[in-house]
Amino acid sequence: MYSYTDFDAAFVAERNRQFRAQVERRISGALTEDEFKPLRLMNGLYLQLHAYMLRVAIPYGTLSSAQMDQLALLAEKWDKGYGHFTTRQNIQYNWPELRDVPDMLDALEQVGMHAIQTSGNTIRNVTADHFAGAAADEIADPRPVAELLRQWSTDHPEFQFLPRKFKIAVTGAENDRAVIKAHDIGIQVVKRDGRIGYRVLVGGGLGRTPMIGKELSPFVALEDLLPYVEAVVSVWNLLGRRDNKYKARIKITVHEHGIDEIRSLVETRFEETRQAFGTAALELFDDIAAQFQPPAFRNAPTEAFDAAYETDPTFRAWADTNLSAHRATGYAIAQISLKAHGATPGDASAEQMRVMAQLARDYGHDELRITHEQNVVLPHVHKSDLPAIHKVLKAHGLATANIGRISDIIACPGMDYCALATARSIPIAQEIATRFDELKIENDIGELKIKISGCINACGHHHVGHIGILGLDRAGVENYQITLGGDATETAALGDRTGPGFPAEGVVPAIERIVETYMAQRSGPEETFLQTYRRIGMDPFKAALYGEEAGKKSRAA
Amino acid sequence: MPKPYTPKVITANALLEGDVIYLAADDRWVRALKDAEIFTDEAVAQVRLLDAQSRAAEAVGVYLADMEPTKDGPRPVHFREEFRAKGPSNHVHGKQEHA
Repeated sequence: MYSYTDFDAAFVAERNRQFRAQVERRISGALTEDEFKPLRLMNGLYLQLHAYMLRVAIPYGTLSSAQMDQLALLAEKWDKGYGHFTTRQNIQYNWPELRDVPDMLDALEQVGMHAIQTSGNTIRNVTADHFAGAAADEIADPRPVAELLRQWSTDHPEFQFLPRKFKIAVTGAENDRAVIKAHDIGIQVVKRDGRIGYRVLVGGGLGRTPMIGKELSPFVALEDLLPYVEAVVSVWNLLGRRDNKYKARIKITVHEHGIDEIRSLVETRFEETRQAFGTAALELFDDIAAQFQPPAFRNAPTEAFDAAYETDPTFRAWADTNLSAHRATGYAIAQISLKAHGATPGDASAEQMRVMAQLARDYGHDELRITHEQNVVLPHVHKSDLPAIHKVLKAHGLATANIGRISDIIACPGMDYCALATARSIPIAQEIATRFDELKIENDIGELKIKISGCINACGHHHVGHIGILGLDRAGVENYQITLGGDATETAALGDRTGPGFPAEGVVPAIERIVETYMAQRSGPEETFLQTYRRIGMDPFKAALYGEEAGKKSRAA
Repeated sequence: MPKPYTPKVITANALLEGDVIYLAADDRWVRALKDAEIFTDEAVAQVRLLDAQSRAAEAVGVYLADMEPTKDGPRPVHFREEFRAKGPSNHVHGKQEHA
């Protein structure tokens, strides 16, 4: 794992000192809110519906046990005993008081963390595949490149006042678990003639105008990556629409100018940036990569796992849904669901955070990951330790066996917390999860991803949910639009709207009708919801939701 | 006929805690909606709003919110104001903690 250099530590400490003084000046009245707002946003501090909210960066979703323990401390000491993990692998505290925030930032700095550039029109926290360094299907660990990009983008003097925010995600595998096609820049580690390089996508994004990212270059060599990405951001920085914040993201720039023109502008700019960069980045990369060496995996028998799998049905159900293939023999990647039925997606109590930190210390090479799907990962666990891990998780309400199932719902904070929201998300997620738990058909349904956003900005990724739910304000009443067929992976697709929206109390029945239709229409249990939808299309679902006539009308149209 | 004026309260977030606050008739910032002053006269509301907005060291984002007067005090016209007055629905946090 990457540890801060003296330079990093001094930089963060200096920023914290500056912010402490800014907070003092705001409280004394020396700064107005208009003057203070950009300063607090640069340090991750929002003012939400009921309180301030501090968003802390978890670069590429990787945490050590000591860092997780510190997040627990912040939750206990300065919040209400919990934190909320987000769809950008960050953590948000919903209740800090302004005076305490400088102390919170100092406490984060002690464990090599900060909240810099988690807001504002800057390059945001770089996200990555949460299975990085562990996945069996990986070409190379994406985190060294993510860290390189983080260092390059932090306080980058040219990119502190961009037209709008800018988000980068990196995956090291063909199977995209980092939603790279919905990012401003998506980077995929690829191999060509035995050489590692980077496929660069640009112009993806959700929000008001959802777009799937387009390929800008099939292969950028490591030594060219920073100057190339700098060229992309630099071209957009000049070309991006500053006249209209809804048209300022790079997806609109790419859409308006076309990918070919953007590519040509980037190539021209790249000739300049390449000269300026030299080889410093390459040396830095080697230093960074050395810190992401895989842990010393042990070679041990897995009988303990096999025995528990045979004899304990609860363990077996958990193992079937929450484990993924690890690159090392005898190992597994274990996901800890933060989606207990009826609970708030992504919330973890301080006690749960400490339990997960201790499990990582005892069994997981001191590493944890946060997924964009708002769960936690123990990336490197030996299978023989899994029964013991499961026992501890169970004792702390963390053993929900539902990864990838209908109750493993992504939900943004919605109007329960967010000042931008147009409707609530969390109660909808809670109701759906509770209902399908009662029906006991989750495992029969199989893989089905529901994603809920409480406004058009789409923090809940609803466009790429197999079932997407968007909460809106329709004439002063919460109303929910449903989309079907979205896909967040390498086969990314935006969902199609079913038709008119539903009132809050109509959402669960609508989801039930959609699921019933899928179950009735699927060719067999092995055909997933998304496959069935792609095969049969919208009509049967429309008919189920709005009556036969609607299905027919849509066929005729 | 001019459209009748929808009664309003003045609301904001407290600078230090971020908590939702309302302006009372005696110029204090209060935490409970029932204690807020309700304006039925647009001119009065606008003047009071200007005064409230000048109290930058106490309140952030001061604005007028639509209300319906009832015998128990102002009742929000829009659901967003209902949530602001009460707190989140997933945890008993915010104003509900002290209610």
